[in-house]
Amino acid sequence: MAKNNNEALKQPIWVNNPVVVQILGICSALAVTAQLKPAIVMGLSVTVIVAMSNVIISLLRNTIPNRIRIIVQLVVVAALVTIVSEILKAFAYDVSVQLSVYIGLIITNCILMGRLEAYAMQNGPWDSFLDGIGNGLGYAAILVVVAFVRELFGSGKLLGFQIIPQWCYDHGYMNNGLMIMPPMALILVGCIIWIHRSKNKDLQEK
Amino acid sequence: MATKKFKCKVCGYVHEGNEAPEKCPMCSAPKSEFEEITEADAAPKKKGIDTSSNVYTIIYAAVMVILVAFLLVFVSSTLKERQTANVINDTKAQILSALNIKDQADVAAAYASTIKADMLMQADGSLVPYDGEFCTGYSAEYDANRLHVFEAEVNGQTKYVIPMNGLGLWGVIWGYIALDEDRTTVDGVYFSHASETPGLGGEIAAPLFQSRFPGKIVTDNGKVALQVVKFGKADKNSPFQVDGVTGATITSTGVNNMINKVLTSYLPFLNAK
Repeated sequence: MAKNNNEALKQPIWVNNPVVVQILGICSALAVTAQLKPAIVMGLSVTVIVAMSNVIISLLRNTIPNRIRIIVQLVVVAALVTIVSEILKAFAYDVSVQLSVYIGLIITNCILMGRLEAYAMQNGPWDSFLDGIGNGLGYAAILVVVAFVRELFGSGKLLGFQIIPQWCYDHGYMNNGLMIMPPMALILVGCIIWIHRSKNKDLQEK
Repeated sequence: MATKKFKCKVCGYVHEGNEAPEKCPMCSAPKSEFEEITEADAAPKKKGIDTSSNVYTIIYAAVMVILVAFLLVFVSSTLKERQTANVINDTKAQILSALNIKDQADVAAAYASTIKADMLMQADGSLVPYDGEFCTGYSAEYDANRLHVFEAEVNGQTKYVIPMNGLGLWGVIWGYIALDEDRTTVDGVYFSHASETPGLGGEIAAPLFQSRFPGKIVTDNGKVALQVVKFGKADKNSPFQVDGVTGATITSTGVNNMINKVLTSYLPFLNAK
């Protein structure tokens, strides 16, 4: 289990990406990627929460009774998310309004439970922290790529700024409405998985 | 005869038999990756407390729940005051936003200088001052038949702001509509939502949609006439019709229903000139 520290951080970003390889967190990847801004915010929030809950579970890992470990993990995540949400409401109200439903969505994000169960239960706090950061960033990276494509072609904007110039519309260009719909996110994630597999031959199923 | 146990070092698969398998059935690792587990290894290392006993599990769960509950109560009660202040500030900012006063550094001061009175509408359409605490949830106020009207003064002109509540596609939507002194011309609107789809229904909170309202007429012949219609269907010359958000027909209809429902309740005030 003595994995190199660097590996714990770097692996999940591309080679062992939580979304395209572990297939975790697909549901929220569909929900928040219609625009770039919520995607970035969600990616960063998940990174922070995964890292923090990984550390807590990793510290507790030797005391947690095996039969109720999932519940313990869930309680830690839920408590953490609630506290972060309360603190945001008190000290950064604007951010909390923007996050609105997403902060609650973090609790149900499978990446959290997946990493807690698969990594933090077996590894030390520092490794778990890096693993959390790595997985969070890997998740954020996919979200940003998908949201970039969806917002650019779905609304002609990036981060709310008009990118596709008006003369394109004058010449008959139209925004692709399908891009904003959740199914398109699934198709895009599929395309990313396709590219990813073609670059990483050892992941291809025979 | 006691069978031996072999554990795959790669995936942890445990094989029982006289010797290790040629290939791990779980991860296809070769035989060399297997190591024999002797009984001494297999037995759990009893160090201190047995973490799988029932008593330990129940005590662990109970302690955890109590600790987390206290933690949450502590966090919630210490931050309550700040949060309430933030919500009040945000509500005031929303009301000001309907009057096209946006991005104020000091919302409370701007509110105090702009909003002259928080009034309640009576059945005959007259206004009496509201003397309770500043409200942040106007849905409950509407249901309790306390119909608030904010009297504002912007650049020497009197304006009225009416809070609205309704349902969008996924959850509640709300907003404020500011009317000129004639009580029929829209000065500005503000909409927000709890959980509409970003990029679609969520666009009701964007300036583009809200900029279609100013100058429109609210009532015609004593009835609510302001309508939000499907995108592209609004008659350009009509003073009553507003284009909805493209691709968000249900949320746009929700906005339409909200405006219609709330303003109908306010008709006595709107028609009293």
